[in-house]
Amino acid sequence: MVTEKDVHHIAGLADIGISAGELDTFTAQFNAILDYFDVLDRVQGDGAEARDLINVMREDVVEPSLPQEEVLRNAAAQEDGFIKAPRVM
Amino acid sequence: MAQPEISFEPDDRYNAFLTVCNRAPHRTGSLAGTAVAVKDNISTKGIETTCASRILKGYVPPYDAHVVDLLKQSGAAIVGKTNMDEFGMGTTTENSAFGPTLNPADTGRVPGGSSGGSAAAVAAGMVRMALGTDTGGSIRCPAAFCGIVGLKPTYGRVSRFGLIAYANSLEQIGPMANNVSDVSLLMQVIAGHDRRDTTSYDRPYRHTPSADIRGLKIGIPQEYFGAGVDKKVAETVKRAIFRLEELGATSVPCSIPSMEYALAAYYVTCTSEASSNLARFDGVRYGPAADTKKSWHDAYREVRKTNFGTEVRRRIMLGTFALSSGYYGKYYAKAQVARENVKKDFARILADVDVIAGPTMPTTAFRLGEKSDPLSMYLADILTVPVNLAGIPAISVPCGRVEGMPVGLQIMGKHFGDERIIDVAYAYEQAVA
Repeated sequence: MVTEKDVHHIAGLADIGISAGELDTFTAQFNAILDYFDVLDRVQGDGAEARDLINVMREDVVEPSLPQEEVLRNAAAQEDGFIKAPRVM
Repeated sequence: MAQPEISFEPDDRYNAFLTVCNRAPHRTGSLAGTAVAVKDNISTKGIETTCASRILKGYVPPYDAHVVDLLKQSGAAIVGKTNMDEFGMGTTTENSAFGPTLNPADTGRVPGGSSGGSAAAVAAGMVRMALGTDTGGSIRCPAAFCGIVGLKPTYGRVSRFGLIAYANSLEQIGPMANNVSDVSLLMQVIAGHDRRDTTSYDRPYRHTPSADIRGLKIGIPQEYFGAGVDKKVAETVKRAIFRLEELGATSVPCSIPSMEYALAAYYVTCTSEASSNLARFDGVRYGPAADTKKSWHDAYREVRKTNFGTEVRRRIMLGTFALSSGYYGKYYAKAQVARENVKKDFARILADVDVIAGPTMPTTAFRLGEKSDPLSMYLADILTVPVNLAGIPAISVPCGRVEGMPVGLQIMGKHFGDERIIDVAYAYEQAVA
C-alpha cells in the first residue's frame, strides 16, 4: 500500500514533477498495479543463472568524435560553444 | 550523376507517419528503390526523431542507427518516421504526443502498439515494409491487430545501436510487411553483428522461406487458450494450427507455469530499465529548453512534467519505486528470478518441440479509448511478453478474422531459430493464400 506521500517522494527521486491534483489518481493506479505485482511473492527459485551472467567488455578506442557544431545543434541553450545547463548550486 | 530518389506522397488518413520524406534518395542493392518506413524511436541522421514525445520534438539525430545504415546500403528508400506509443510505452499507439494512429481495417479501432504507425502504413499499402521495435509485443501486437506479418527476432540478432532505449534487456528491432517473404527479405538486411551493440551476436540471416513443414512438432501451451483469451480468437487460432497439421505437422499440449507471474516480472523489469534510461531527457543537450535560471532539480522537474506523457511518467515512477531502497528485493530481484523461470519453461518445452504456437493477442483490436485504466492495458500483453523475457524469436502471421477484425497466429521458436518460425509462418500463409 503506497500513500500520496510515498508517490510524492518517488516523483521527487525520479525528478518527474507532480502536481497536487494528480496525486490521488497516480496513487490509486499504483496501488492496483502493485497489488498485481504481489504475484511475484509466489516465485520459487534462486535465480542463480541471472547472478552468474558476465559482462561483455571491450577496450576503449579513441575515434574521431562529432564536430562541435553538430554536438551543439540540438541544444536549446548555448553560450560560447558550450551547452548551457541550469544552475547546480 | 545525381543519386536516384523516389517520390513519396501518401494519403495518410490514419496518422501513421510523424515525418514524411517526400523525396527519398536511395542506392542500388537488394531493396533498391523500395519504400521503407522506420519507427520514430530509431535514429535517422538528418531526419527528426521524436519517439512520439514532446521531449524530443525538434531533435535531429547526428548519426544513423545501425539498421538504418544497413537499409541505406541495401538500396532502401527511407520515406518517413512512423507514429508509436511515446517511447514504446503502450499497446494501442494512443499514447503518442501527436495523436493516435487509426487501424486501417476499422478506423474506430486502435492499430495496436507500440509500433502502430509502422503496422498501419504497411496494412494501408503506403509502404511495402517497415521497421518496428518489440519490447513486450510492440511488433507482434500491431501486426495482429492490423492483419500483417511482424517478426520479433532473437535477442541479439539485430543491432540496437541507434535505437533510443526504453528497456534494453528486452527490446529488439524487427521487420514488418504484408507477407512472410518480405519480412524475411528485410530480416536479411538488418540481422548481423555490430560491434557498437555489446549484446549483438554474429548470427547473420541468409534464409529463403520454405513451405515444407512435414515432421514439424508444435507445442500448444494451455495458458494461451485459457481465461482472458476471447473464445472466438482462440477458435480461429486453433483452426490455423489444424491447418498446419494438415501440412504434415503434429501438435502436443504443453504448459508454461511461469505465465502466472510473467506479466508482473515483465512490467517490473521494463519500468525499472525505463526509469534509468529516461533520466537522460532533461532539456539540456536536446529537446525543449530547461530554464537555466532555475536550480537544477526545479528546471529538470518542470521540463519532464510538461513534456513527458502520463504513461511515461507513470512507468518512470513505477520503475523508480521498484528499484528503491527497501523494495528492490521484493520487486526487481524477484522479477529476475521469475524471468529465469520463464526462460527455463521455454527451454524445457523447446527441447521436445520445434516451435510453440498460440494467439498473438487475447482479443482483436480495441476500440479507440476503450482501455483507459493502465492495469487493464498491461494485461493485454500477457501472451507477448514471455517471449521477450526469454529472448526467443516470435512471429505473428494473419490467420483469419473475428467480426471483421484480423487475428494473429503467434509462432515462437528456439534461440536463433528465426528461420524455422519464418518457415512455419510461410507454410501457413501459402496454404491459405
